[in-house]
This record gives sequence, C-alpha cells and structure tokens, in this order.
Amino acid sequence: MRWCEAPGAWIGLEVLQNYGCRMISGLWLTIELVLISFTLGLVIGLALALLRLNGPRPLAMLITGYMTFFRGTPLLGQLFLIYYGLGSFRLFWQDVGLWWLFREPYYCCLLAFTANTAAYQAEIFRGAFLALPRGQTEAAEALGLNRIATYWTVLLPQAMITALRPLGNELIVMIKASALASLVTLFDLMGATKLAFARSFDLNIYLVAALLYLGLVEIIRRIWDAMERRLTRHLVLH
Amino acid sequence: MDKYLTLLSFGPEGWGDELLSGALVTISVALATLPFGLALGLGVALAKRSDNRLLRAVGTAYTTIFRGVPELLTLYIIYFGVQVLVQALWKGLGLPGTIELSPFVSGVVALGIVLGAFSAEVWLGALNAVHKGQREAAAALGLSKAQTFRLVVLPQVFRVALPGLGNNWMVLLKETSLVSVITLQDTMFIATRANVTTKEPFLFFGVAMLIYLFFSVISATGLSRIEARTNRAYAPAGGRRP
Amino acid sequence: MKTLTLAVAAACIALAAPAVAQQKEWKEIRIGTEGAYPPFNNLNAKKELEGFEIDYGNMLCEKMKVKCTWVVQDWDGIIPALLSNKYDVIIAGMNATEERAKKVDFTAVYTKTPISMIGAKSITSTDVSPAALKGKAIGTQGSTIHANFLEKHYTGSTPRLYPTQEEANLDLLNGRVDYVVADKLALEDFIKGKGKDCCKFIADVPRDPAIHGPGVGMAVRKEDGALKALLNKAIEDSIKDGSHKKVADKWFPFPVL
Repeated sequence: MRWCEAPGAWIGLEVLQNYGCRMISGLWLTIELVLISFTLGLVIGLALALLRLNGPRPLAMLITGYMTFFRGTPLLGQLFLIYYGLGSFRLFWQDVGLWWLFREPYYCCLLAFTANTAAYQAEIFRGAFLALPRGQTEAAEALGLNRIATYWTVLLPQAMITALRPLGNELIVMIKASALASLVTLFDLMGATKLAFARSFDLNIYLVAALLYLGLVEIIRRIWDAMERRLTRHLVLH
Repeated sequence: MDKYLTLLSFGPEGWGDELLSGALVTISVALATLPFGLALGLGVALAKRSDNRLLRAVGTAYTTIFRGVPELLTLYIIYFGVQVLVQALWKGLGLPGTIELSPFVSGVVALGIVLGAFSAEVWLGALNAVHKGQREAAAALGLSKAQTFRLVVLPQVFRVALPGLGNNWMVLLKETSLVSVITLQDTMFIATRANVTTKEPFLFFGVAMLIYLFFSVISATGLSRIEARTNRAYAPAGGRRP
Repeated sequence: MKTLTLAVAAACIALAAPAVAQQKEWKEIRIGTEGAYPPFNNLNAKKELEGFEIDYGNMLCEKMKVKCTWVVQDWDGIIPALLSNKYDVIIAGMNATEERAKKVDFTAVYTKTPISMIGAKSITSTDVSPAALKGKAIGTQGSTIHANFLEKHYTGSTPRLYPTQEEANLDLLNGRVDYVVADKLALEDFIKGKGKDCCKFIADVPRDPAIHGPGVGMAVRKEDGALKALLNKAIEDSIKDGSHKKVADKWFPFPVL
C-alpha cells in the first residue's frame, strides 16, 4: 500500500483509500496554483497600485478600468473568458507565438487567477498607501529623500503593516477560488474530489475535501498571525 | 457584425432574451440570499458574543468552517448531499410524500450559509463598536433588553456595519455565478450554453461579464449613496453641510 | 463529519417545500436528461430539447399512456438528482455499468453503440492503443464510462475531463486536446457538423465489459420497481413492433441494437 492510501484504509473509508493518492496530488496542484498566482499577483498588484497613485493620468485611468473589471466580475467568468474565449483565437496566438500559453488549461488558470488577484491586491496596496498620513511623505522630502527612496524606505514598510491582514484574507480567498480550476479540466483538489465522487457516489469524499481546504486555510491563518506579531512588535497595538 | 447582432437579438436564433432572463435569475438569487444570509450572520454574531460557552463555540465553528471551505464545495455538498439527507430524514420521520430542494433553494441556502459566515464577522465588529455606555444609558431609561437591542443598539450597529455588509453584497453578486454549475439558469449558465451551441465563447462570456460589471457598478454607486445618507448626522465638525 | 451535515440538513428542512405525494400507479413521469449530448439529447438553437432519446421517450410515454415532462440536468449531478427525487427516470445515453447499478436500477438496454476516438485530420495512424497515445491529451466528458476507461487503461496519457461532451469536442476543434473519446454516435454529429473541417474518426476502441457495461439503459431509483417494469415492457414492445427502429433510423446512420 502506498502512503497516500493509508489514511483511507485507517479510517475505513473505501473511497478515500482508492482516491487518496489522487486527492494528495490534487492538493499539491491547488497549493502550487495558489502560491504562484498569489506571488505574481503581489508583484503586479504593488506595481499597479504605485502606477495608479503616481503614474500619468491616462495610465492611471487604464489601471482603474482594469481593476474595476476584475473586481466587478466573477472569477469563474474571467476563467471561461480566457480559457474558452481567448482560447478560440488559436490562429492568432500561433502567429504571435503564444499558443503554448492558451493551449494548456494550467497556464490559462494561472493567467486568470493572477490577473484577478493582482486587481484585488492592487486595491489593498492603494488603500494602504492612501491611509498613510501625508506628513510621512513631507518628512521624507524634508530629509532630502528622492521619491523612490521615500517609497522604498518610508512608505512601503508602513503600508505593508496595514496591508498584511487584507493580503492574508486575499490569499485565503484565492485558496477557495482555486477550486474553479476543476471546471477547466484540471485535477486540483476539487477536480480529484469530483472524480472520486463520480465513481463512488460517496458524499463523504466531499467532506474530506472540505477538511483539507479548512486545514490549508488554518495553516495560512497561523502563519499570518505570526507574521503580524513580528511585523508589529515595535508598535504598541496589543 | 450582423452575425453578432443576430446572436444577441431577442429573436428565436438570438440569445438576447435568454441573457436577459439569466441576468434576472442572477439578481433574484442575490436578492433572495441577502436577507437570509444577513439574518443568519447577525444570529451567529450574537452567538459569538453570548455568555453561553456552547453557543460561542458553535458560532466560532460555523464561521471557521464556512469561511474556509470553497463556496463551490459548499454548493455541491448542499445540492447533492443535504438533499439526500433531507429525504432520508423526511422518510425517517414517517412524513408523507417527498421533499425536495430546487436548484434555486439549494443555491440560496448555500450562498446564504456562506454569506452568514462572512457577514457574522462584520456584525461582530459593529456590535463591539457600540459603546457599553449606550446599553447602560438605555437600561437607566428603563428599556428592556430586547428594546435596547432593537431601538438603541441595532440602528448604531447598522451604520457601522454598512460598509462591510456592502462589501459582502458585492462578493455575493459575483458568487451567484457558481449556481450555474447546479443548472440554475443564471447569466453564467446561459453564456456557457450559448458558447456550446454557437461556438462564440468570447462574445458570450464577454457579454456575461458586462452584465455582472453593470450590477457591480450600480451596487457600488447605490451603496456609497446609502453610506453618505446614514453618515449625515456624523459629518465632522467644520465639514461641508448639505 | 456526519453530525455537521445532519445539523445543516436540519436547518434546511425548514426551508424546503414538501412536494405532492407520488401515487403508486404512474400517471405522470418526470424524465431527467442532459440536453448536451447530440444526437441522443440536445438543446437546439431554438433552445428546445431534441434528439433520439427525446422522440423515443415521448413515444414510450404514449405507449404507457402517461404524461411525461422533461427536466434538464447537468451530467455531474444527473444520478444524485434522480436519487433526490428531482425526476423519476434518467434517459440520457447512460451506459448501465456495475458501478452505477450500485446506486440505481437500469431498465433493458435500448441502444448499444461502438465507442470511438476522434482526432485531427492530420493524424495518419489508426493505432489508438494506450502505448500509441502515450503523452497525448485525450478529452472526454467527466463522470462518464469514457472517463473511467481513460483512467483505467490510458495511464500514460493526459486525461482532460469536461462538464459536457460538447466542450470536449470544442477543445479538440481548438487544438487543446489531441483525441476525444466518446460514443461513436455522439461524435458522428460533431464530425459531420461543427468539426467537419478539423477532425475525423481515428478508430473504434475495444469495449471493456467491466467499465462499459452491456449498453445504454434508463435509470430509475431502486425502490421504483413498478416504474422499471412499466418501462421495460414499453421498451420491449417498441422493439418488437418496430417503432424503436423507426425512431432510431431517423437519428442514427446505423443500427443501434
């Protein structure tokens, strides 16, 4: 018996024994999708927030439009729009050499998830920067810091403290939203669960999946609490 | 171009009327879920604040579970699982006939349960924000506990909770798209069917997105108006007065 | 875990409306179908149900002198929805496999068709053995015998499971998958229609009795023995008096029994 079949055998749940390995590899795919898209989204989101706050007006308006679209429509629709919609322009993508991206459901998923979370993270960063008192920028200017140094050494560290909690919530939202990957043929945790259910019709497998998702979310929550304690240890907040 | 107009028209070959009815289903699901989910959330928030340890534990378990499990999974569990259990329970109780949850009811229940978990956190924060002195003052005026809650606490809670609840509503609007997987014929479902029949995915998913975007923008505008209204009495000193 | 679901179930009871009691003699039958599996059952451009099973089902209803209503249900939920009483019988090109027979009862078989692989026109080999298709992406509908077939035999290939067969076909057209496996009849429609420029039949695949079962039957709840007997008699009559063949010939290019 392989190790991933053990939990099912141990609690005597046949469907979990048969599909334990599938569930584990599904769990890995879920983690992978979420980590990659969240990290890319973090970088892009920060850039978008800075450009929206400081960039030229047309660019700022473009970014506002992007954020309104991705925050105002369901991720499921965005995923289908990319997977089926953009995926239907095969000849064009082959011409520009991007067909590899749209051919694979895995990349389509990453693209949709990243575009979506980047918009939400941009809004989080924007709010965090706007919440900083104006005096911080003025003081930095008075010290002769240039704009980049002001952002990098003064504003960003403070904004991170405000942004930390909403970013954690966003990560949790992404873990849950990643279940949509199963609708475009990926065998993430949800996809593996549906496969197991389709063959066994045993509803317990859905409860097992729910527990696994809950576990993931709980781990993130603990990590975030620890990070928050560390980042704010110099502040008298508690 | 003509081809696209025909596809979006209201005629027998066009999907205009279906998309419209899909949009109506989307908004009805959201509107039906809202009171149920908000009431549930308020109940859970009160449970989490209660003196009873068991109630507190139930409230905490509830919010932890339904904030941590994917909405899609909650929907599947309610739609497939609870249905079967409800039937078994119904028969077990020896009641006549059968009982069933329509996709609409399943969808509203699942989304409402999730909304309950998220709005509970908002309610909780707002309840905590009401100063203790308010309750003491109400008690001094001779108001009963229920009266105090209804007349003094709730109006203040509502004002504080409004931005958070507004946020919950925006999330709910988008989450309704998930009911398409249990064949409720909402905007997303119609777009999927139209894609399969016409092979025009970009057109139909694009139009579907615009429908959601329309609802989101309308809601955001409406919410900021309501917020401004409820905050009238709290305009900062020296602020612009209407 | 059970207690949690029970608690939720109890909460939901209050919200559910009781339906009318079902009489023992069947005067009305609700039929569940998918509406996305032409030519068996399909929602056409006018958004009406059509297909062999729709005509055949309606004909049987006339024979049985019952009133029939059709309910469209997505494939993933088609058995759970039968069990939860959303309709009384499934007529949706469903193969009567042992796995499904654990949950539902099947009537007599009313079609049995070859299972085929289709692929791009550029494919020259007709070898569709697991060894030949190693590393290829093969699409089909999830929760079907074809999905189970891929999972059991084509372990070296990448299976892609879609909510409907049509979406799998569209992705073959889009070039996302290399092959699609399904009922030959369901694929025939695609190869002659939307997919006529891109794709062709490659080969039939051998039936695996353990997975594919004896053929397509109608599924009823295990407790509805009377309904099953009623349907079995109607199916038998329709085969004897040639009315089955009449309907089948309208939709299918070759005999299906």
